[in-house]
Order: sequence, then structure tokens, then C-alpha cells
Amino acid sequence: MSPEPVANRARDGLDVDVLVVGAGPAGSAAAISAARAGCSVLLLERGPFPGSKNMYGGVVYGRILDGLVPNWWDEAPIQRWITRRATMVQTPTQALTVDFRTETWSRPPYNGATTYRPDFDRWLASKATDAGATLLTSTTAVGLLRDASGAIAGVRTDRPDGDIRARVVIACDGVNSFLAKEAGLYTHTEPEHFTLGVKETIALPRETIDERFGVRGDHGVDIEMIGCTDGIPGGGFLYTNLDTVAVGLVLQLPALAAQQRRPEELIARLKAHPSIAPLVEGGELKEYSAHLIPEAGFRMMPELIADGFLVAGDAAAMCLAAGIWLEGVNFAIGAGMAAGQAAAEAIRLDDTSACGLEGYRRRLEHGFVLSDHRKLQGVPDLIMSDRTQRAMPQMVANVVERVFTVSNPLPKPGFLAIATSELAASGLRLRDLAMDGLAVLKGFG
Amino acid sequence: MRDLYPEVGFEDRMATVDFRVGERAHITVDGDHCNGCTTKACVVACPAQLFVPTSDGGILFNYEQCFECGTCYMVCNTEGAITWTYPDGGNGVVFRRS
Repeated sequence: MSPEPVANRARDGLDVDVLVVGAGPAGSAAAISAARAGCSVLLLERGPFPGSKNMYGGVVYGRILDGLVPNWWDEAPIQRWITRRATMVQTPTQALTVDFRTETWSRPPYNGATTYRPDFDRWLASKATDAGATLLTSTTAVGLLRDASGAIAGVRTDRPDGDIRARVVIACDGVNSFLAKEAGLYTHTEPEHFTLGVKETIALPRETIDERFGVRGDHGVDIEMIGCTDGIPGGGFLYTNLDTVAVGLVLQLPALAAQQRRPEELIARLKAHPSIAPLVEGGELKEYSAHLIPEAGFRMMPELIADGFLVAGDAAAMCLAAGIWLEGVNFAIGAGMAAGQAAAEAIRLDDTSACGLEGYRRRLEHGFVLSDHRKLQGVPDLIMSDRTQRAMPQMVANVVERVFTVSNPLPKPGFLAIATSELAASGLRLRDLAMDGLAVLKGFG
Repeated sequence: MRDLYPEVGFEDRMATVDFRVGERAHITVDGDHCNGCTTKACVVACPAQLFVPTSDGGILFNYEQCFECGTCYMVCNTEGAITWTYPDGGNGVVFRRS
């Protein structure tokens, strides 16, 4: 650790206008926006480089980047562009996949992309320094500084002489956000609202990946799964990088803790599934990784604003885990941009109180971040329910198996007869399914 | 089923991850709580298997190969048994292909 002071002391005992804690997607986007609006910005990162602490479950949706870095696709460290998106319903012996591909996603402006977060986050942070922000790595924020009125006025870091004073602190310090908790924005946290993401990055020759996944060039595949977690609420994923594939699970914390299989055993179980094994066999484990995910969306979000303080990204539970839509990096970037703009606006108007920072919430409400989360607030619970996780995959797979099983010399049964008998066998009640159907309609609107 | 793809051992698995180990333990465990704990949720849930039960009903832990995910303190059902902070700046896990 270098012993230099963190910044040159400037006017009013302030070090910077805006201090951003955490150089992930939210933090870098906040730093870019605030710096471009003319603020002095310090971007703090506790890892040795941005992205070194970060992992994800595998696709960045870049549309929100268009306004931040024009033609970002020419320079961002992308592994593959997603041209095949599959959703798979698994039971221990069956798999039903909806598999969509389009050539539209293979050319600018693209849709989704896979990347290594240590590469992507470092690249995005370089855009913040390009915009004039100062990046300070290997520095952990250990607490908040407050002024006489109680407003947040900076952070204490683990460096010698490490207090940093700022007019606005933007906490982008990730899913565990100790800063948002210390600021009092979380009244409580429920373990049920979090999942553990675990992942293996597995090396395979590029040509092997192309053949197994049916793609060419820089085209890639993202497969999302349900029913692959041995009854633990959650799901699975498998996606392609250039010369690695990533396979992993998300597992609801209390349910994971209440059973006997360890996370890596559950990944091994997924990798042995007949639908997955042929895709990952023979590869060499290059990296094992784990991270928490704020899974419950809108219903777990903290207050977003305090005097002198904003919270964005995973730190504000802005991951979207809505079944068919599994997003987070884009929400972090969108929120970070809003936070950086709102901080700059508040500084310009010389009111960095919670009231003066209200532009942050307004931007989020008008944009996709809070609109989507508000609209989809019922979906995470629905996805994690026992019915969706256990009974539905089994029933759906059984129905399809019977439809496609040729039972000669018996005549073909009718769809209705199959559905009725499988529904009875599943123990699901029609009334519950109808309720779920309504919830889906309402949730996805 | 034949074991087509033998799993790597846990030590080899963790050896794929880069850790910069600091002097200070960023996890502390209050053993008094662990001795009376019947669930030992940290043992099964920690992805890095940092918590190991001992024969006398306690918990052995180490902090050196920690992903810094936070699972342990979230699943611990005893208030304050696991105290968890971030490692000092620059230390801890360094992902490369995550």
C-alpha cells in the first residue's frame, strides 16, 4: 500500500465535489456523468483494479451504453455477441428448451454480449478517467464522515490520512453495501432476498465451442435454466465466451443453507445433466467464482437518497431477476448515470441535501431503472416460488414427453387428457395455476 | 452414471482463483455462539468452504481464500457470531475471468 495522502486538499477542506465508492458499472457510470457535468470526481475502488471483485451470470445488455460511450461496441472488451438465447426447463432426466436466434443481434448496435467483468469494468472505469475523474484503487471505504448537521460529507478509507471529504458521496459499493447500511437507507435485510451465484469458467477450444453451440465467429449463446437446483429456489446458466464457457447456479441463501449439498456439488450435478454434459465435457476449469445477488428487486430496495448521499447499482438492489429477464449491469449503469447527473445538478444549485438530490429519484422513475423494477416487482417472488421451481418443470416436461412418446399400438391420447392427468400427478391445483397465470399477466403486463 | 468428467478436488478448484492474502483477518467468528449452533449453515453454504466443523461442536475458519461474497454472515442464524468486513484495500480475491 502506498502511503501518499488520497488527494490534494482543495477549497473548504473538500477534496472533491463527488466521491464515488466502487468502480463497478454503477460507479464508473456515475463518475463519467459527474465528471462530464464539470464536477471534480474521485472514484474509489477497493480491489487492485476495477472489476477485480466482480462476477456475474453472464450477459451485458449494452443499449444504455449508447448514450455514454458512442460506438462502445468497437472498443469494449467483448467475448461474444449473443445471437442465441435459450430458456430451459429441467428435471433430473428431462429438458425442454425454447431456443431463439436472430442475426439482428450479430451486428451493431447489438443486443447482449458476454465479457469478463474484470476486463469490462476496467474498460468502463477508463472512460471515467478519460472524462477527468481520478481513479484510486486498492483503497477500501471503511465508514462515512458526517458534518455537524449529520449530512454525509465523505468517507473514511483504510489509507493513512485517508479521510476524503466530498459534497456528494455516491455509494456503488456492491451488494453488501456497508455504506448504504451505515447511512441508514436499509431498515433491514432479509437473507431470503439474496441468492448466491457460483460459477465455473471452463476452457475449451474456440472451434469446439462453435461446434457444440452451433455458432460461428464472434456469435455466442446464453442458456438460462430453471429446475436445475435440486429444489433450492434459483436457477442455472451456461454461456459462451470466446475460448471458455461459463456454467453456474444461483441459489437462494436460506434454502441453500438448509440442505446438505455444497455449491460446487450442485454445479457438478448440473454439469452431469444429460442436456449440459455434452456442452461442457473435457474442458479445463480456469476459474471458480462466487458473488451474492440481490434477487428481490423493487421489494428489497433501500431508500436511495440521504443528505449528501446517493446509492446505486447492486448496493441499491437494482439487479433485475425477473425470470425471462436477468439483467443487472445495465441497471447499474443506468442508475449510475442518473446519480452522477443528479449529484452534478445538486452541486450546481448548491443544495446537496436529500431534497436537493431528489433529481436522482426523478431520473430513475422516468427511466427504465425504477419503471421496470416497479412494474416487475411481483415477478421475483413468483419465479422463486415452490410451484415454479419444482412442480411446474416436472409437469411441463412430463406433458411434453407424453405428447412426443409414440405409444402404438395404443391410439394417441388427447392433449387435454395428458394435461389433466399430469396436472393431477403434479399435485398442482388448477386454482393455483390460474393465480400464477394472472400474476404472470399482471407482473409482465 | 459413469463419471465422465471427474471433478477437480476442492484445493485444485480454489487454486484456480487469485488471492492476495492480507495480514488482517477480515472475518472473525465468535466461537461461543458456534458451540451451541445446531444448523452450522456457514459450513454448507460458503462457496469457498472456509468454515469447518470441529469434533467438539465448534467451527474452524480461515479468511485467506474468501470470495468476499457475504454468504456466511447472511446465513448465520446467530446475531453477530460472524463479523465480516472487506479486506484492506488491494487485498483479497482478484477475479480474472469472471
